[in-house]
Amino acid sequence: MQWNSVSEFFAMGGYAFYVWGSFGLTAAIVAGEVLLLRAHRKTVLRNLRAELLSESNP
Amino acid sequence: MNTRVIHWFKFASPQNFYNLAGRMWPWFATLATLLAGVGLWISFFVAPTDAQQGEGYRIIFVHVPASQMSMFIYIVMAAWAGFGLAFNTRLSGMMASALAPTGALFAFLSLATGALWGKPMWGAWWVWDARLTSELILLFLYLGFLALQASIDDPRRADKACAVLALVGVVNVPIIYFSVKWWNTLHQGASVSLTRSPTMASTMLWGMLIMVVACWMYAITIALLRVRTIILERERHTEWVKHAVE
Repeated sequence: MQWNSVSEFFAMGGYAFYVWGSFGLTAAIVAGEVLLLRAHRKTVLRNLRAELLSESNP
Repeated sequence: MNTRVIHWFKFASPQNFYNLAGRMWPWFATLATLLAGVGLWISFFVAPTDAQQGEGYRIIFVHVPASQMSMFIYIVMAAWAGFGLAFNTRLSGMMASALAPTGALFAFLSLATGALWGKPMWGAWWVWDARLTSELILLFLYLGFLALQASIDDPRRADKACAVLALVGVVNVPIIYFSVKWWNTLHQGASVSLTRSPTMASTMLWGMLIMVVACWMYAITIALLRVRTIILERERHTEWVKHAVE
């Protein structure tokens, strides 16, 4: 372990913006993709069910 | 008679693949989470400080996996697309379209994290270097694929047009990979090679490899989830989809 304190860990030897920027951006994109995918699936399922309902009750 | 024959083509039917993907994705999601946890732990707490780049080098733990995923996903996507052209299977085009958005995101992440590394190390966010430029072209190929698909209403025709685009674009992948050898680039050479011993500390190498495998598992999870939704949309007029959404 090369960190003597929590603040040293977050400072990343002066590269905080670049290191946390890279990891933060990656985490945001991964989370965003998962959430968008989920939202899209819900929309598709809702539309399909609505279509099915309108077919059975014309 | 051999009763243990596995009928692989059974899974080429969208209905069977829908169910198979539904059973498989939780396993890949679990593996992705566990591996990313271990990989991040190594990235921040086990891997030593780099002698030349200090702590700034830790960006490679996301940059290298993102970059190789962007190239690898492109090849897999083009392979599915080519398979679809050759055998006219419906599922192939759906798999190619399920992979494209994730590939585009990894290409974007590769460029963005590269810029975040380049600024402190090279003093520039961007240079028109062979490696960077060819990776930018890869991002444009993904975006072209997505735009072409969105512009054609008939999904089967869109699959065919996109397959041709994807296959032609494959020529760019070896250009990216070998760019650091063929041209005198600012970008450093390959970090991992099969022919020579690694030049970095083994904990750095292990951290990077685990992050790479975690990204594979993530990409497989997302592709399976996305293809399930695509299957539902495209097969909406079949009986089985009507039963599945009820």
